[in-house]
Amino acid sequence: MTSTADLVCRDLTKDFKDFRAVDHVSFEVPQGSFFSILGPSGCGKTTLLRMIAGFQFPTSGDLLIKGKSMIDVGPNKRPVSMVFQHLALFPMMDIGKNIGFGLRQRGVPAAEIKQRVGRVLERVGLPGIENRQVSQLSGGQKQRVAIARCMVLEPDVLLLDEPLGALDLKLREHMKIELKALQAEFNTTFVYITHDQSEALVMSDNIAVMNKGQFDQIGTAKELYYEPANAFVAGFVGDANRFEGKVTAVNGQIVTIETEGGGVQQAHASAKVPSIGQRAQAFVRPEAIELSKTPFASATHPNASAQIVDSVLFNGANSVAILRDPKSGETLQAALPQTGEFLGLGKGEAIHANWNAGQARCFVAEGQ
Amino acid sequence: MVTDRSKLGFYLLLSPLLLWLVTLIILPHIGLFAVSMSEKVGVREYETGFGNYAVFFNEPLYWRTFARTAFMSILTTVLTLLLGFPIAYYIAKLTRGRTKTTLFLMCLIPFWVSELVRTFGWMILLRETGVLSNFLQYTGILSEPVEFLYNDAAIMVGLVYTSILFMIVPLVTTLDSLDDSLIEAGYDLGGSGFSILREIVIPHAMPGIVSGCIVVFMLSLGNYLTPILLGGKDSLWFTGLIYTQFITRFNWELGSAFGFLLLGLSSAVVFLGLKLSRQSLSDTMGR
Repeated sequence: MTSTADLVCRDLTKDFKDFRAVDHVSFEVPQGSFFSILGPSGCGKTTLLRMIAGFQFPTSGDLLIKGKSMIDVGPNKRPVSMVFQHLALFPMMDIGKNIGFGLRQRGVPAAEIKQRVGRVLERVGLPGIENRQVSQLSGGQKQRVAIARCMVLEPDVLLLDEPLGALDLKLREHMKIELKALQAEFNTTFVYITHDQSEALVMSDNIAVMNKGQFDQIGTAKELYYEPANAFVAGFVGDANRFEGKVTAVNGQIVTIETEGGGVQQAHASAKVPSIGQRAQAFVRPEAIELSKTPFASATHPNASAQIVDSVLFNGANSVAILRDPKSGETLQAALPQTGEFLGLGKGEAIHANWNAGQARCFVAEGQ
Repeated sequence: MVTDRSKLGFYLLLSPLLLWLVTLIILPHIGLFAVSMSEKVGVREYETGFGNYAVFFNEPLYWRTFARTAFMSILTTVLTLLLGFPIAYYIAKLTRGRTKTTLFLMCLIPFWVSELVRTFGWMILLRETGVLSNFLQYTGILSEPVEFLYNDAAIMVGLVYTSILFMIVPLVTTLDSLDDSLIEAGYDLGGSGFSILREIVIPHAMPGIVSGCIVVFMLSLGNYLTPILLGGKDSLWFTGLIYTQFITRFNWELGSAFGFLLLGLSSAVVFLGLKLSRQSLSDTMGR
């Protein structure tokens, strides 16, 4: 047992009537870190979180918080608190009563409750709002009150169930930074579940990518982004162009793939290197694609190709050009460099694209 | 001319309601009040005065029956709430889909037959030669037939049974609107079942509780059939007294006075109940 881990899951499995929601999930979350579970809806992340909170009981496996097994402990006895998706602030109580609810359950004297509620409200930046009603707060304020209501109990682990989902985009961006700051301020272990990769990438120390009840990869944001463990992670985290085809040549870890349309690409296989004749997938990030108005020397640039601009999606610094290969008909998303060279780029123009094989990832296609 | 037209439409739509209120409620009550204020001093000779009301306060049987009716109606309301709340909570929160519809329907089905038939059902169960008495003799608990009818407990059973649906329906509606995550949040923050019930569930359900209580209280207070059938001649229910004055004694003056006293009583109790529970009538009825 590592003494630093606040939360340990061992082979956690949850079966429902006809399907397995969580399938042998194991992970550890060290004290004071921000751990995110990222996955598409229906991947079992909510079930996993509800098992940690104690609302659902695992079919098998073990769950330890600060080294103690929580399997037979009810949700009201666990040292974890949860920020619900829709926050679940009690509309029948004012803010002070809401935050004091947990302390009242523990039998803390009224004077001390008042003091601790005041202090936690100060820490989340909302001093003196004890007497306001829940309906009088804005979305961001409610968010902070919900966190304060949990943090006043000084839990070992704070669980957050997509709490930013209901906010508008601007506020969401703001709350991301604020959540990270609050986590640093309280120095509590946060377990955060989301389907929004940017939330996970920005805030987390470690991210687990969950798919079909299993963890596909656990790592830092950088690891997930640059070294995805499999095709799912490569496609889910960040944007990527995906090619699928037959392996025609293998040179060390550099794999050459020929797609249906006849395009030939080289990519780097970091996990399992496919053999010749197998089907494989290659992923290239839009920002890894180099654009040029003059042709690349094909001998030194094996991934170079001539493309036609299909459309330009202008989005400020995140502008993207959609290119079409006139030979194979395949499309390619490329980030537009904001150096001014491609400002006037319009539909139908010819352009040359290239990427370094080392920046493209290759995986054996699923089912082989 | 749009405003004139819309005004005309408004009054046209309002007229059935006004017609109903004026002809069926306000006019009869004015008539009733006029009758209750006239004292009979001789054959076809009447004087205006509070004599009929004085009779009520001077005759202990009358005001004791009045107080007894009020007390038993309040007790019925409390019992109905205590019985109805767990049922409503179970239907609203612990079941879903088809089970929920089925359970709700099972509460409703007895109300497809008339109150009279349902009360006779209870008489079949409770009378001396009835199902309960026979069963207890069969199991050896009783050695001879016992009459379970014609006492206050029988009246109570009948009244609770008659009115429980009117408690369950508003309760299910308000409990349904309580977000499950609030209850989960309560547990997550360390609450026990009892404290969550007291601090979250009941405050949320308060409008439903109050409106259910008002309806059940009014129904019990104004009930005639159940107390008479299950309580027999000793039932001493105030509506029974009114009936006697109007039909048996042909004393419409005193009967009208009793009717007005009953109206005053129900209004006073509802007002007190609203004040005690800190709810307003528009809050409980307007949702």
